[in-house]
Amino acid sequence: MKKPTCSPQGDSAQNQSALPIKTGAEIIVDTLIEQGVDTMFGYLGGVVLPLFDKLYDAPINFIIPRHEQGGAHMADGYARASGKVGCVVATSGPGACNLVTGIANAMMDSVPIVCLTGQVRTDLIGNDAFQEADTTGITRPITKHNVIVKDVKELQQSIREAFYIAKTGRPGPVLIDIPVDVEVAKCQMTPFDGVNLAGYKPQAKGHHRQIKMAAEAINKSERPVLYVGGGVITANASDELRALAQKANVPVTTTLLGLGAYDQMRPESLDMLGMHGTAYANYAVQECDLLIAVGARFDDRVTGKLKTFAPSARFIHIDIDPASISKNVNVQIPVVGDAKYILGEMTKEVQHKDRKAWFDKIADWKKCFPLKYDTKSPNIKPQYVIEQLWEATKDNAIIVTGVGQHQMWTSQFYKHSRPRHFITSGGLGTMGFGLPAAIGAQAAKPDALVIDIDGDSSFNMTMGEICTAVQYELPVKVCIINNGYMGMVRQWQELFYGKRYSKSSLKNPEFAAVAEAFGAVGMTVDKKSEVKSAIAKMLKEKKPCVVDFKVEREENVWPMVAMGKSLHEMDGLDIFESMA
Amino acid sequence: MKHIISALVQNKPGVLAHVAGMFAARAFNIDSLAVGRTDDPALSRMTIVVLGDDKVVEQVRKQLEKIIDVVKVQDFSLKDVIAHDLMLMCVHMPPEKRHEILALVEMFKAKVVDIGQKFVMVELANSEDKLEAFIDACRPYGIKNMVRTGTVAMGRLSQPNAPEGQ
Repeated sequence: MKKPTCSPQGDSAQNQSALPIKTGAEIIVDTLIEQGVDTMFGYLGGVVLPLFDKLYDAPINFIIPRHEQGGAHMADGYARASGKVGCVVATSGPGACNLVTGIANAMMDSVPIVCLTGQVRTDLIGNDAFQEADTTGITRPITKHNVIVKDVKELQQSIREAFYIAKTGRPGPVLIDIPVDVEVAKCQMTPFDGVNLAGYKPQAKGHHRQIKMAAEAINKSERPVLYVGGGVITANASDELRALAQKANVPVTTTLLGLGAYDQMRPESLDMLGMHGTAYANYAVQECDLLIAVGARFDDRVTGKLKTFAPSARFIHIDIDPASISKNVNVQIPVVGDAKYILGEMTKEVQHKDRKAWFDKIADWKKCFPLKYDTKSPNIKPQYVIEQLWEATKDNAIIVTGVGQHQMWTSQFYKHSRPRHFITSGGLGTMGFGLPAAIGAQAAKPDALVIDIDGDSSFNMTMGEICTAVQYELPVKVCIINNGYMGMVRQWQELFYGKRYSKSSLKNPEFAAVAEAFGAVGMTVDKKSEVKSAIAKMLKEKKPCVVDFKVEREENVWPMVAMGKSLHEMDGLDIFESMA
Repeated sequence: MKHIISALVQNKPGVLAHVAGMFAARAFNIDSLAVGRTDDPALSRMTIVVLGDDKVVEQVRKQLEKIIDVVKVQDFSLKDVIAHDLMLMCVHMPPEKRHEILALVEMFKAKVVDIGQKFVMVELANSEDKLEAFIDACRPYGIKNMVRTGTVAMGRLSQPNAPEGQ
């Protein structure tokens, strides 16, 4: 039972007597480095000063956001772009509370981050001390695991466990709350001897019998569809997915978080499904006889009305989290385990099948219902900006978004082809995620082109972080799809509240001027003819850059499956026909 | 339908809050919850009686297993388990009813643990059915006060999912 579950990297236990005695703060820094941290994010405060004193000359690239929420999103963006664990520090009380949105966001999208929070002295806990908050209590439901370390002897192992828990199984945020007296208390360092947690044995492989059953079901199926979520990207299983889809000849649709897991330029790609998915993806799902879900969780934005979701299909569900299986739909063939391994094994078992009738039908839907917008409009259509961004960058950019209409248009009109190149807040839908996540992604990939396609209202929420990008010379590009509304809210008010645009329009600043004031480059584009040149200019820019595209104000995202409707009951398809 | 879920958890601060919070956040109904030490000081046992169909209870089990500090979860169906509840009850006992009440206590294999001028305090540890029957039998005399621990349970030794170390 005491067998280590991950292999030791450090010295063996015999050398323990030789290990030095250090303070808690030193132990934190040393253990972070041991766990591979070279970049972290965070904000100072009273009870984390001992830690920041040790960070003063530590070999860690440290980025200070302008608000702790930004720090958490940066760690999130860093983790998604790099595949490593993101790390963020905040002080007690308000610092920890400000992390909450970022932690919940990472939880919903299964992103591995480790949060370190300072806490008031152990003897003051529970006394309503200055800047005291019950951080572990507040974050318990939004972390994969959290712990308060009240004894310096437990500190080093707690940090190791945090990293192990964050990155294994279904990844997620882990928080360690550290009282200030523990940061200054001393104890002997311990060698890294792996992590062994009695209650945590993430299942790595899939059951072979289940894998075989799934492969047989695919071989028998006339109309299969692969429905792929962010889990495939987390598992680094894109190559295995492509091999399976091509060998078995199965069309692939992805969720919002799954974009990039499968090359959308390939003919068997159905693009995104769900509320704002493509008609051909939604029709294919509704008519398939076998739905193969991989690393996806049958979210309500994907399924529409659950009762009529994929009504004639059997379900295969591949997921590392057993609790995801049969949570929303009853699954006939569950396979619990690592998608990379399972897809690899399944590929060995599947046979190629022609399925001409099925692919003909799909080709027909693609022909009849492509994604469309009014390309002839003299105004700047938001979709046009995103198409031009794709034309200018192809698959060279890491695209990050805020939340709302611009996010949906980016998922529809940018052709995502590579994993970890599309970073967006899916589960929680956190406005303001875009810019800090882009900064985190840029910190992870300093040489990459990182573009935050943002909404004006989303950008407004966290735009102070432009200052962070300038200070650390992280040349993120921000393209604001500025319609002067909370666009998605306005769309719902138009469709479901009789065009009563209650409180959904804000007075924006001149974003370009704000960017310049922060020390970034700012541009404003209000003519369609200037879109291409502005993008070209932006791409040449070495500094952080904000381009404010004044787009048509009341454009809607189509197609749309309204709440409570079945997936095939899409609105907006007639709009496409009138443009044909 | 009632299910008895037995969870072996780390004996650490915050674990009860985590389990209770998870039930609340996921809208699962708890009928009773009993927590106590085990023979291993590092571990506690939580016995949770849950109301719900099989699908709900399956989710409860999986969500419990996801909590890092939860070491092991067992779902007992009612037939292969010893499930007991401990009750203390104060019953009004005027002298003329003493014989009747003590006869009831005898009949239910309950125990008198304290006696006052007007009341008797009785302890009964047994299955929920037995406790309910005893409560019904005592009600006509006047129940002043009653407290129950909630169900604790262990798999029958003849069953394959008998608890570890038994």
